[in-house]
Amino acid sequence: MDLSWMAWTKPTATFFIIILCLLVTMTVWEIKVPGGAPRLGVLRFETTRGDRLFVSLLGSAFIHIFWLAFISLSLWWALVVAFIYAICVFIWV
Amino acid sequence: MIAKQVNQKAWFMVLPVFLVVAFSAIIPLMTVVNYSVQDTFGNNQFFWVGMDWFRDLIHSDRFHDAFLRQISFSAIILAIEIPLGIMIALAMPKKGWGVPVCLISMALPLLIPWNVVGTIWQIFGRVDIGLLGHTLAAMGIDYNYTQDPIAAWITIIVMDIWHWTSLVVLLCYAGLCSIPDAYYQAAKIDGASRFSVFRYIQLPKMQRVLLIAVLLRFMDSFMIYTEPFVITGGGPGNSTTFMSIDLVKMAIGQFDLGPAAAMSLIYFLVILLLSWVFFTVMSNIGEESSNGGA
Repeated sequence: MDLSWMAWTKPTATFFIIILCLLVTMTVWEIKVPGGAPRLGVLRFETTRGDRLFVSLLGSAFIHIFWLAFISLSLWWALVVAFIYAICVFIWV
Repeated sequence: MIAKQVNQKAWFMVLPVFLVVAFSAIIPLMTVVNYSVQDTFGNNQFFWVGMDWFRDLIHSDRFHDAFLRQISFSAIILAIEIPLGIMIALAMPKKGWGVPVCLISMALPLLIPWNVVGTIWQIFGRVDIGLLGHTLAAMGIDYNYTQDPIAAWITIIVMDIWHWTSLVVLLCYAGLCSIPDAYYQAAKIDGASRFSVFRYIQLPKMQRVLLIAVLLRFMDSFMIYTEPFVITGGGPGNSTTFMSIDLVKMAIGQFDLGPAAAMSLIYFLVILLLSWVFFTVMSNIGEESSNGGA
């Protein structure tokens, strides 16, 4: 199958493989512990673990965009910040 | 105890939808992500540029201006269409022959395709042959949407109000019709004023449909393309170049696929964020009101 029209690169392929792994992990987690673990977090609305993953990923994307806009340090630091943010979301939201 | 029967056949029912979404959304989106980190001069040859397109875009005045125009446009049309829609819905008759007449005349603008609406207003506003443009010129008002940015903005805003206020009206009218008479009778016995009836009966009962109206109008106006493209083509200058128009100019007009892909992704993320915020607010208000009512 010729996928050259999709212009794949190693970094973007890695990115999508990580996203796919996250989705598979969430599915396995859901099969092991069904119900999505809903709870009322600091934002005062009910979230399941799927919601928390979504908030983590979306927030991480914006952390990277704002990092590019306002901070000149390497983007790897933005990734570190995004990781800390995602952990916080999974603990408190 | 009877064991719960698990039937996995439903997965096959979902499979066609998954395939359609994969081919129409996921694979193109992946391709856009791949384009956003590369440069191309055609012939399927790509060169890695990393995050340069995103960095350039975030710091470019062109992107800031288009984004600001888009947000301003959405804010203006929401500030006009929502109150106007509520007012028209309140003024519409609740029974009698006037109901179908009003409903049909309200539904008419919604049936017209976007490019036809654009063409109608493009001709309607022309000073030489258009009814609106010619009348305004005859009254001595200096109106020319092809040269004056303010006239262009007013034309596009009035056109959007003409096209889409009906949607808000119909949604609000449906909300109003669902209020039982008992509420109005109770208000009458208590001697409530017209404003109190609106504030404490009609508005809370319209809350959910209003949120749907706000969501639909916001999303639609944030992605507006066809009508301003037909009327002004993004001009005069760049004064009505909204994000979608700018994106098409960049991708197809200039063949800058990399920067256009980066812009698409930021556009997509903003829409995703706003949709999520609206969805969360909507579902939580719904839950709160149903808990309050229980």
